[in-house]
Amino acid sequence: MQFDVEINNQPVSAKRGETIKNVLDRIGIRVPTLCYLNGFSPTGGCRMCVVEVDGISELVPSCSHPVTEWMKIKTHSPRVLKARKVLVELLLAGHPDDCLYCERNRNCGLQDLAIEMNVRERKYHGKRQNIQIDRACQSIERDPAKCVLCGRCIRVCDEVIGVAAIDVVGRGSESRIGTSYNKGLNTQTCIKCGQCIMVCPTGALAEKSAMQAVLDALSNPLLFPVIQFSPTVPASIGEDFNIKASKDILNLLRAALKKMGFRQVFDTSMAADLAIMEEAAEFVERFGKHDRIPLLTSCCPSWVRYVEAVKPQLLPNLSTTASPQQMMGRLIKNYIASSAGQRVEKVFVVSVMPCTAKKYEADTDRMKDGISRNVDAVITTRELVRIIRLLGIDFGNLEPEPGDTHYGIRSTAGNLFGISGGHLEGLVRTIHHMMTGQELSTLKISELRGLKGKKEAKIRIGKVTINVAAVSGLANVKALIDDVEAGREDFNIIEVMACPNGCINGGGQKLNADEKSLKSRMKSIYDIDDEEMIRVAHKNPVIIDLYERFLAKPGSEGNRELLHVSRTKEES
Amino acid sequence: MTKEILENILSKYPANKKDGLLPILQDVQNQQGYLTDELLAQVGKYLNLPLNKVYGVATFYDQFIFHPQGQYHIRICRGTACHLFGSATYLDELEKQLKVEVGNTSKDRKFSLEVSNCMGACESAPIVNINDVFYTHVTEPELSRIIHSLKEKTE
Repeated sequence: MQFDVEINNQPVSAKRGETIKNVLDRIGIRVPTLCYLNGFSPTGGCRMCVVEVDGISELVPSCSHPVTEWMKIKTHSPRVLKARKVLVELLLAGHPDDCLYCERNRNCGLQDLAIEMNVRERKYHGKRQNIQIDRACQSIERDPAKCVLCGRCIRVCDEVIGVAAIDVVGRGSESRIGTSYNKGLNTQTCIKCGQCIMVCPTGALAEKSAMQAVLDALSNPLLFPVIQFSPTVPASIGEDFNIKASKDILNLLRAALKKMGFRQVFDTSMAADLAIMEEAAEFVERFGKHDRIPLLTSCCPSWVRYVEAVKPQLLPNLSTTASPQQMMGRLIKNYIASSAGQRVEKVFVVSVMPCTAKKYEADTDRMKDGISRNVDAVITTRELVRIIRLLGIDFGNLEPEPGDTHYGIRSTAGNLFGISGGHLEGLVRTIHHMMTGQELSTLKISELRGLKGKKEAKIRIGKVTINVAAVSGLANVKALIDDVEAGREDFNIIEVMACPNGCINGGGQKLNADEKSLKSRMKSIYDIDDEEMIRVAHKNPVIIDLYERFLAKPGSEGNRELLHVSRTKEES
Repeated sequence: MTKEILENILSKYPANKKDGLLPILQDVQNQQGYLTDELLAQVGKYLNLPLNKVYGVATFYDQFIFHPQGQYHIRICRGTACHLFGSATYLDELEKQLKVEVGNTSKDRKFSLEVSNCMGACESAPIVNINDVFYTHVTEPELSRIIHSLKEKTE
C-alpha cells in the first residue's frame, strides 16, 4: 500500500513495510550508520541513524523503525545532529585514538563520522579497554580496543558464514566481542575467511600482515624471491588504481610484480589447471566405483578447515587434490626452481591472494622436512596494493609485461577458479573430455554463473548425466550437506567457497567494494573465458608438458605426494 | 560432572529448542558449581547452538560462573541500598583480607568472591551471602570476625 509521509517538510510517498531508512535511501537522504548492513535484518544497535518523528518523544533508529501514514520525520534537525555527535563522542571515549598508526586510517567508519559530526576534542574520558590483541590466528588479528560493538562481524560470521566463531561476551560497559572463554580465534571454529574484516567499520579486525616478511625477502640478496598471483587479483586490483578491469591489467600486474623485485612471476591459474587435471581424474575414478560421491571440492581453505573442525565425517568426500596455491608452491620448490638452476633453500615463494585463509593454509602445508613451507608468505590483495604504493610503483603507467611462455600459460578454465561456480565449470570441461574423449559442445555452463548462493546444473557426459552444485557463502552449504549426510545421493560434485560469490569477494579483497565492482570483477573473468583460445585445462601446453616430463598420469599414485593432501585424521 | 548427570539434565528439555538454554545452564551450574567450556559445548550441541552463542548468553548473566568456586563462596550485594551502607568499602576490605580479586577464586581454592546485583532485602542492608547463608546489617568488624573464623575452619 502506498501512502505519503513527510520528510524534512517535503511529502514523499512510501510503502507499508518499509523502514524509514529504506525511504531515505530511495530519495537520496543519507543517515550515518555503523551497524547497518545491506541485506541483513537491522539491529538498531549503533543508534547513529536516529531521526526525529513527530509524536514520538524519543529519537527512533531509522534502520529498524517502520514508516506509517503521514509520519513527520526530521532527519537532520539540531536535536538529531546533537544526539549523533554525542554518540560519536561516547564511542571515542574509550577509543585508543591512534588513528595515525592504525591500519584503517582514512578508511574508517568511526573516523568518517568524527569528521562528519565535527568532533574536535575528546569530550568524555572513558576507561580504556585493556584487552589483549588476539594475535594467535595465522590469518586474522582482533584488537578489541578499537571495536565499537556494532556487531556486524557477528552477524556475518553467523548468518553468511554460519560458524558463529565470535559473539558478544559480557554485558553493559563490560561487553566486548570475543570468543568463548577468551580462547582466541585460533582455537575456535573460526575458518579464517576474513569476511568479518570486510564489514568491520574500524581497525578492530585486520588480516595478519605478511608485508614485512615480503619486503625483507625482496631486499635479501641471498634469496631468490618469486611470486604467484590469484586470478582474482588482476580482476580487482584496477579498482585501487582507477583502471578499468580489462585484459591489460594482467600484464600491468606482472610488470608491477617484476618491478617490486620478484625474479619470476607465476599465475596461480596455471596451478588451477593442474588441480583440474588431478581432481577430474580423482572424480572419474571415484564416480566409476561409486566411491565417496559426492566429491567435495578442496580449493577453498576455509571450507576445508570447516570440514576438518566441524564436519570431520565428511573428510572422505573431500577431494584430496591440493589447492592451486599449494600446488604452485610445491611445484616451484620441487621442480621449477631446480630446473631453473636455483637451490630450493634460496627460493622464497610469495603468493598474492584475495583471501585471508590462504595464510593459514600456507602455514599448515609443510615440505618433506616438516619445517620449510611450500609457500613462504601470503599477502592479501590489500597488502599488495600497499606494497605497490610503498615502493613507488606507478601502476597505471607501467610498461605492460607479457607472461613468460614457460609457466605463464594458463587456460581460462583455471582462471575461473576465483568465482563461485567457476571451479566447477572448469572442472566439468575436463571431466567430460576424460570420460568421453571429446569436448563439451558448449563450454560455457550458464547455470553455474550469476550471483546466487547456490547454483545447480545437470551435465550430460556421454551416456550419463552428472548433477553438480556450486555453493558460496558457507551458511548456504549447511542444508545441502545435512541432506548429503542423511543419504541424499543425487549430487555428484559439490563445489564450496566460503565467501559469498567466491574468491572475487574474498576476505583479502578491497574493503567497502559494492555490488557493481563485484559484477565487474566477474565480468572481466568471464570475458577472458569468452575471448581466449585455450579454454580447457587439458589443452594447456604447460600442463601437457608437465605431465610428459615430470609428473605421473593424472590422479595416479605417483602424484600423491606432490599434488595431493591426505584427508585422514592421523596425518592432518 | 558425569555424562549421565548431564544427559539427565538435558533430557528434561526439548532438543534443538533455544528456550531451554537458561534453565539448562542453571541446572548444570547447580550440579557442577560452575560452567566449563566442555559442558557449554555439550549444551550447545543438544540445542543446536554454537558454543560462542552459548557463552555469549551465559556471560550476560551475573549468576553464571566460569571457574571453580572456593570452599566458601562469598557474594556481596552491590545494590543501591547496600552501596549507601558502604558495601564498596566492604568489598575492598574482603579483597585485601582474602587476597583474591572480585570474580576470582583464591589460589588455595578456599575463598571465591563475587559481587551480586540487588538481593532484594534492602531493609537489611548491607548484605553478604556466604554459601547461601545471608548475613544482614553486617558491620565491618563483624565481617572480619566471620572471615577470620572461616579461615580457622579451613586450616
